[in-house]
Amino acid sequence: MASNKKYWKSVEELDENSTIVEALQQNEFVTDIPTDEFLGDKETLEASSTTRRDFLKYVGFTTAAASLAACEGPVIKSIPYVVAPDEIVPGIANYYASTIADGFDFANVLVKTREGRPIKIERNDQSKHSGSVNARVHASVLSLYDNNRLKAPQLAGKDVSWTDFDTAVAGKLNQMQGKDVVLLTQTFASPSTSKLIKEFTSKFPNVRHVVYDTVSCSEALDAFQAVYGIRAMADYDFSKAEVIVSVGADLLGDWQGGGYDAGYAKGHVPTNGKMSRHVHFEANMSLTGANADKRVPATPSQQLQVLKALAGGSVSGLPEKIAKAVASAKVQLANAGNKGVIVTGLPSVEAQRIALQVNANSVVMDAVSPIMTRQGSATAVASVMQGVIDGSVKGLITVGVDPVYSFPNSEKFAPAYQKLEMSLAFSMKKGTTAALAQMVAATPHYLESWGDVQIKKGSFSLMQPTIRPLFDTRQFQDCLLTWTGNTTKYNDYIKDTWSGVLAGTTWNKALEAGVVTSSEKVLNEEISTGKTPLENSTSNAALNNTSQDGTLELTLYTKTSLGDGQQANNPWLQEMPDPITRASWDNYVTVSKADASAMGLINENVANGGLNGSYVNIKMDDVVINNVPVLIQPGQAKGSVGLALGYGKTAAIQQEMQTGVNAYAFYDNFSSVQRVRLEKTTGMHEFACVQLHNTMMGRDIIRETTLEVFNTTKRNHEGELDWNPMPKVSRDHEEIPVTSPEADLWTSFDRSIGHHFNLSIDLNSCTGCGACVIACHAENNVPVVGKQEMRKSRDMHWLRIDRYYSSEESFEQDEDKKINMSGLGESLSQFAEMEDPSANPQVAFMPVMCQHCNHAPCETVCPVAATSHSRQGHNHMAYNRCVGTRYCANNCPYKVRRFNWFLYNENDEFDYHMNNDLGRMVLNPDVNVRSRGVMEKCSFCIQSTQAIILQAKRDGRPVAKGEFNDACACSAACESGAMRFGDVNEEGGVISELVKDDRAYHLLEAVGTKPNVVYQTKIRNIKEA
Amino acid sequence: MQKVNLKRLSSILSVVALALALLLSKNVLAQATPADDTAAISANGGDAALGEKLFKANCAACHKLYKKATGPALYGVGDKYEKEWLYSWVKNSAALIATGDSRANAIFEEYNKSAMNAFPGLSNTDIDNLIAYTYTEKKVSVAPAPLPGAAAAGSGSGVSNNIILGILTFVFLLLVTILFLVTKTLNKFAVANGIALPVREHRKPIWKSFIENQFLLLVTAVIFLLGSAYFIYGGLMSVGLDQGYAPVQPIHYSHRIHAGSNEIDCNYCHSSARKSKHSGIPSLNVCMNCHKSIGEVAEGVQAEGLAEFGVDYNKEIQKLYKAVGWDEDNQNYTGETEPVKWVRIHNLPDFAYFNHSQHVTVAGVDCQKCHGPVEEMEIMYQYSPLTMGWCINCHRETNVKVQGNDYYNKIHEELSKKYGVEQLTAAQMGGLECGKCHY
Repeated sequence: MASNKKYWKSVEELDENSTIVEALQQNEFVTDIPTDEFLGDKETLEASSTTRRDFLKYVGFTTAAASLAACEGPVIKSIPYVVAPDEIVPGIANYYASTIADGFDFANVLVKTREGRPIKIERNDQSKHSGSVNARVHASVLSLYDNNRLKAPQLAGKDVSWTDFDTAVAGKLNQMQGKDVVLLTQTFASPSTSKLIKEFTSKFPNVRHVVYDTVSCSEALDAFQAVYGIRAMADYDFSKAEVIVSVGADLLGDWQGGGYDAGYAKGHVPTNGKMSRHVHFEANMSLTGANADKRVPATPSQQLQVLKALAGGSVSGLPEKIAKAVASAKVQLANAGNKGVIVTGLPSVEAQRIALQVNANSVVMDAVSPIMTRQGSATAVASVMQGVIDGSVKGLITVGVDPVYSFPNSEKFAPAYQKLEMSLAFSMKKGTTAALAQMVAATPHYLESWGDVQIKKGSFSLMQPTIRPLFDTRQFQDCLLTWTGNTTKYNDYIKDTWSGVLAGTTWNKALEAGVVTSSEKVLNEEISTGKTPLENSTSNAALNNTSQDGTLELTLYTKTSLGDGQQANNPWLQEMPDPITRASWDNYVTVSKADASAMGLINENVANGGLNGSYVNIKMDDVVINNVPVLIQPGQAKGSVGLALGYGKTAAIQQEMQTGVNAYAFYDNFSSVQRVRLEKTTGMHEFACVQLHNTMMGRDIIRETTLEVFNTTKRNHEGELDWNPMPKVSRDHEEIPVTSPEADLWTSFDRSIGHHFNLSIDLNSCTGCGACVIACHAENNVPVVGKQEMRKSRDMHWLRIDRYYSSEESFEQDEDKKINMSGLGESLSQFAEMEDPSANPQVAFMPVMCQHCNHAPCETVCPVAATSHSRQGHNHMAYNRCVGTRYCANNCPYKVRRFNWFLYNENDEFDYHMNNDLGRMVLNPDVNVRSRGVMEKCSFCIQSTQAIILQAKRDGRPVAKGEFNDACACSAACESGAMRFGDVNEEGGVISELVKDDRAYHLLEAVGTKPNVVYQTKIRNIKEA
Repeated sequence: MQKVNLKRLSSILSVVALALALLLSKNVLAQATPADDTAAISANGGDAALGEKLFKANCAACHKLYKKATGPALYGVGDKYEKEWLYSWVKNSAALIATGDSRANAIFEEYNKSAMNAFPGLSNTDIDNLIAYTYTEKKVSVAPAPLPGAAAAGSGSGVSNNIILGILTFVFLLLVTILFLVTKTLNKFAVANGIALPVREHRKPIWKSFIENQFLLLVTAVIFLLGSAYFIYGGLMSVGLDQGYAPVQPIHYSHRIHAGSNEIDCNYCHSSARKSKHSGIPSLNVCMNCHKSIGEVAEGVQAEGLAEFGVDYNKEIQKLYKAVGWDEDNQNYTGETEPVKWVRIHNLPDFAYFNHSQHVTVAGVDCQKCHGPVEEMEIMYQYSPLTMGWCINCHRETNVKVQGNDYYNKIHEELSKKYGVEQLTAAQMGGLECGKCHY
């Protein structure tokens, strides 16, 4: 039946005379298609012999030819050495002891090289004071292969040869005779370099040497110098401490050079019923505060008063809570006698002196062989800065520092620097300073250099090259030797300097070990002594100012990942989530919840699963930083804010890594405490935060108890400890442990034959430092995905460190709250409350990687059997078999499987180290680089366990006791000893004891997965005085 | 017919004559060389044949007759020095140098002060024999340049066969034509004589009946489909399989000569196979361990190479010298090197981990098990398919070599009890687990 309805196509049809309607009835388009325009001139077209048919033929043939050509396998070339070096066997790694000393991080390391390429940094167990092999040190190997490094020395922005460069510098130095030239360097802590600089300055007397620590420790140095007569910092062995009271000292972070976590963790694990008690007063939530037994939020100005009160001053004016905590801490310190210690990170000489005085008799503090890794004087640097600005300094030679970027008033300094008669920058990259300098000397990475370092007085370390310089670079010391007319090479020069220290050992032995401890005082070196340091009178102005003028107290800090910002172009570090905030690729101002709501600042989780935060403008007098994202930080002291240094770099930094804001603008007087005003602005910032759920809501994820309970609880009639119960399931109306065979769906497998690997993680000693995250990244070729992907929670880290806040004052109260809930209404409202962390929460860290479940839920759901179990306890993942259904990830209760949403290597969309030839040199040849569409996850570093087994087989011997302990990259990287890996079938091994420990439990035991990762219950020493 | 036969006979005769002539000429040439040699011996009062033996045993490592090596070329050395001097030099050159003899010192200096071994065991007669040998004339390289006669003779039989075949074809065609002509004539006769020929009945062609038979068609189609599926599957499964891959290498390196004729152990050059996952392509300094003194191959080998493989081995050695920067005349390295870009033959995919040392050192598997008869390969090729099925099969069938390896003591005892067997295969030891090779 035909319809009589008329359908109107347009309003035009109403107009009967419309030409358009008529035209449209005839044609598809109203006007003719202007074919002439795109077909070009007719004549050529007609003259052309290529017809449409020909064209199709060509297309067909080329397509067919291309696909045929693709069938042929590529020809792979294999090029052997002409003359093979004796020490290199292809496929076998070599290890070299070396030392990093970049002015911020100082540590003895082992460098793993394959076929002559450094691919990984490891701890050097031979050194007693190794500094801290932290996340940045682990990542430093990637900075060697930075594409943005300087390839040759430059004069006026053009690459030149070193001969030309030497001539130019010599000419300039002669021209500068009699004029004030400053040699502004990082702290080298190097006896040979000090000697060399002295030779240089005596040849050119107009040059004076000033040490500049980008992140200053000037006050601590001043105080120590005033008391002990040597410019250094006291060393602390926290394993000997019974009571640690820290006032703003981030001693698990970068406080006074860092490196204290190992000792701290050792003393913070209950042994024989005892563990250290740690009371912490701070403004920002730091790693240290998160690990403290008692954390008291206090603004910097309150902290100064706290410190004075601890040393005998009054507590009047302090809030009641703080006053109470101070009183309690005081008693505990007194009880601990010489095993108590007070440490402070306040930028005030006075505060530092108080701490030194209190600690004078403490066994924890070592003032005899102090730490030498910071030498700078804020006053001296400030005078240089002023000198350049007012023109009294005529020339500036910078080594390893980037003052134009990191000076507080760089907008005044930068033009003055450009006007200098001589500006010479030694730099690995064309950073902000080097970009403005007349002469730029390209320096090698520490893995390409020689050097010696005295990290701690009397402990000497050597730095040796592990690869031939990648570019036409020359290290600072070799330049000085050339310019002073000395023809010796720097390594020979070091040998000369060392001749005195090498008592009882040889140069090669020292080089092999990397460290030498010597009673020789100092190598020909005189560290500026005398008890009158240049006091900085203004540095603590912000600290003493307690006026309530609406300003907030800003504490500038350094992040675990980026530190002072030297390695800002390192994608591993950019992508590493901050241990506390779990945000990556950013810095932000941390604000307390109270202050945030007062100013109307918000953080919200938006529908696409990302965290958004408000923007503020931060003002400090006339310095303003606009559009700083706000992150509301539980535990931030009210009236204080925090901001990380080291971000906001733009020079010689890849576009993707130009993240955050440059907080050095607020680093006035090189003091970490300042007063600022916050002003809300429009817009929301998109964070790349990987943990959006911050509380445990009373669930059994991280188990913890108090030292008192731990010491006093006896096993109940079931042989269980109340604080570490085995979950029960009901079978035939009877409660049975979830691990009992009756509760099991599967027949068990005999795991006593051969090796069976387990990993133990001690939640007490894990400080959350993240070294394991980067070590895992380096070992397993984990790709970098970038900020946008991180925001979508598509991070690829095989190992994450979950951070939980308590929503009540403590986790215990969380659990009580959950247990005492009754009724639907109450639980709905109270569970909602429990999603929010408390204003001063307890914090707990939990490293989570594939748990290698013996009854793995992922294995049963894989449709192609790409993931399967091995007899050695590994949960295997065959990437080549995986088809990417992601069923396994969905069925994993621990959420540790990672999916390759994209091709992350050789893909311009992910332009990180895997996308350039230089960056790819860091890849571990023993581990696959995964492709798009496959699942990946922690493998328990099977490449290492297999290598150890093979070594034993080749030698025809059983695997030695403890040989597996450092097999996993994470456990090898763990300085605090929280992670222990090994074979549970090894009799009397570390791990076979740990799995049977009282504190041992499995994560989500109740689901019955029987993991091979075992956690040790966290114990808190909460007893007040 | 007679004509044809005659032609054939003459051609055969000519070929036989040619062949005979060639044979004779070859014999003549062959006889000439040994005759020359004997002449040389008598002239010098020593036995050159004995001398040759001595030379090869004692001197050849450092000396060549016509070319400098570590030591000077020795051809006609008796003309340069008197016998007494030579006796004392050979027996103990160092002593001679120590006496301050100017000639001894000169030669010592010329050859970079490399001391010559003392040979106190050689008698004067031995040295005489050696000297006699040094007068052996350099053989003019009788490169088997194909003589025109030989070429004719060599291909002679081929030509004659073709001729015979051609003639036979011609005869056959002739017969067919004759038959056709005869039939035609007979038909003509029949028509002329009015004899009626039987008319053939028109029958349905076989292909038509085939098409009309539905069953046959179906069966054929099924067979055709199955057959093509078999071949397509086989074809697809061989994608990415490079068995037999034998690429042309920058230097024609003969494993047949090195591993076969000279019986050099595989591990001598591929030393890292014992301790690393890579077998390693030897660096050029390893080649030079021997080739420093082997600048030329033996004549027979050279001839064989030219004839059978079309390769001038000596030129290939020169390529090595160029790459490693060896100056043969001055016997030193120039320092100008250019790495050799070999074409890799055995390519495992990146996702498969294979460790040579596990198989070579621990399991004691012969290289030939996977790499085939390398000692017979003139150029290396991929012998095994290198597929996962091939790996797995071997792991299933091969027993783990546990004897004398303490690593296995415990696990072997426990596992053999569990499986109730004496010998454990690699598979039972866990050698089939995915993660053992894929990570």
